[in-house]
Amino acid sequence: MAIEGLKDIVLKYVTKEYLEDDSEPLTYDTPLISGGIVDSFSMVSLKRFLENKYAIQIPDDKATPEAFDSVNKIATLVEEFVAKK
Amino acid sequence: MSNIGSYDERLKNFSWQIAEKELGWKPGDVLNIGWHCTDRICAQGKGSKVALHWEGFTGAEKTYTYNDIRLATNTIGAFLRGLGLQPGERVCLFMDRIPELYLGFLGILKMGGIAQPLFSAFGDESLFVRLSNAETSAVVTQKKHAPKVRKILDKLPHLRHIIVVDYDGVAPLKDREVAFSLEKAAPVEKFGVHPTLAESPSVLHYTSGTTGMPKGVQHVHYSLISQYLTAKWVLDLRDDDIYWCTADPGWVTGTSYGIIAPFALGVTQCVLDAGFSAEAWYKWIEKRRVSMWYSAPTAIRSLMKAGDEIVKKFDLSSLRHLASVGEPLNSEAVVWSEKVFGKPFYDTYWQTETGCIVIGNYPGMEVRPGSMGKPFPGITGAVLDPSKNEPYPAHGKIGLVGLKYDWPSRMRTYWNNKEAFEKKFRGGWYITGDRSKLDKDGYFWFAGRDDDIINTAGHLVSPFEVESALLEHPAVAESAVVSKPDPINLEVVKAFVTLKPGFAPSKDLDLDIMNFIRKKLSPLAMPQEIEFVPSLPKTRSGKIMRRILHAKEWGEEIGDTSTLEND
Repeated sequence: MAIEGLKDIVLKYVTKEYLEDDSEPLTYDTPLISGGIVDSFSMVSLKRFLENKYAIQIPDDKATPEAFDSVNKIATLVEEFVAKK
Repeated sequence: MSNIGSYDERLKNFSWQIAEKELGWKPGDVLNIGWHCTDRICAQGKGSKVALHWEGFTGAEKTYTYNDIRLATNTIGAFLRGLGLQPGERVCLFMDRIPELYLGFLGILKMGGIAQPLFSAFGDESLFVRLSNAETSAVVTQKKHAPKVRKILDKLPHLRHIIVVDYDGVAPLKDREVAFSLEKAAPVEKFGVHPTLAESPSVLHYTSGTTGMPKGVQHVHYSLISQYLTAKWVLDLRDDDIYWCTADPGWVTGTSYGIIAPFALGVTQCVLDAGFSAEAWYKWIEKRRVSMWYSAPTAIRSLMKAGDEIVKKFDLSSLRHLASVGEPLNSEAVVWSEKVFGKPFYDTYWQTETGCIVIGNYPGMEVRPGSMGKPFPGITGAVLDPSKNEPYPAHGKIGLVGLKYDWPSRMRTYWNNKEAFEKKFRGGWYITGDRSKLDKDGYFWFAGRDDDIINTAGHLVSPFEVESALLEHPAVAESAVVSKPDPINLEVVKAFVTLKPGFAPSKDLDLDIMNFIRKKLSPLAMPQEIEFVPSLPKTRSGKIMRRILHAKEWGEEIGDTSTLEND
């Protein structure tokens, strides 16, 4: 189930919270974890944002570096848990 | 046969002169780490040997021979000198793990500067405190990190140059900024390496303190002696090894064993500048045929979490020796590594202040899973009775880890903070701040910290620094920061917070405070949990009693509460 505007919301949030003002713009496929934009500690606050925003709980074993590695991948993960609600 | 041979035999016949002779150095001679790691290896006829295989997160690759790194470090040293930087000035490296970080470190040392590496994820407040304390003259950085420096530039009168190593000409350079491209710069064949001596300052790493702000741990060029020998005997580095140290040079492991020791030994090392994932790491080992792997318990536990099946997808048969550092390596991780890699991780123990491994498990010596091992030959370690500051007469009791302060790579002082340095000594022993016990055979067993410092994923975080930053958030009235147990990172930061009038606990506020600390200090310092409380436990004199909150998090006895307010 595609959630309208989800990717843009995540992209805007990551840009605002994790990038400096004059950084190069993100795309839906920019590597976030492997690209060093979000590290394993920062992933905790990104996960918290997604859980608050979409009223979901993402178990730790699903919140892997691979699942958080791009806006596209995050959107897939969020949609999976929203569908389970 | 391992490099160390018999640990017991080495104890009997030990002298640091073993390393001095192998490095061709004698007291009074010039000693420059930058030269020893590059020109000296080339002079041994190894100029065409690969020194560094590097790969970035996009898959970009670069390979440097020892002659390449000799030229690159000459070129960087000449550029810094050309800017007017003088020997003894602090030059900060604030970069991701790109080649310029490794080469810049050695280039700074070659021109006689003091290299000050800082973790590139630091926020502007963490950066400011460290640059201000060191009165840093120049920062070498990337365009993606330059904005953090710009934010604090007005408060840093000593900072004369911001050197951007990947400037693309798109946006104009700003105040005090200068571009430098290693690829475009003309290679400098001959460079007058500054004639530093054994006690000349070399590296300044910052570490967290319990009560004060971060302290600059000052090392000298003579540290090379013990970094070289411990890498040879503990990590068992050999001439034909492909070595991978996973630590970031923003921290001491990444410089002592990620730059200095492997290059001084003329070994080929590889660096993967990408975030952690089990698949990417195993793929890297397979691709580069890594034979010696030095990593950290948090990473090893993360690999355990990824499971055993993924290991089978890769050919990891090149691995010959594995070691770990940063926090205690739990016995389960040692047993797991034996199961999946066919060999255990050898735990090593040391600190930013010690500059090199001081206690470790050695090839050829029985590994007792969960133990820190035994003191390196030439280093005297003991478990001290805290009431007497003397070694316990018998084994089995938990006490303070103390070291006789006489090995080459020990810190010489805390930068501009002699008082804090002197407080590290009691009864003639250097007090590490860690507690442990000895077994009957002389193995050390870690038992925890002796202070409030939080060890998260092998990095020390000061509760005081986080509490100070929390008070700058508009909603926070008071805070207390402690560690809480974590299955992967050993400990993580937890904050107890009281709010100012007009603010109420909410999920959004919780997230806002987390992000506030992450950006101001660093992701490591960000509380992974915030508990909003109506009040904090205090003594009658008003001091917050962190230990009560700590005990609650760890399920320990609260202990004496006679001084507790409203008890």
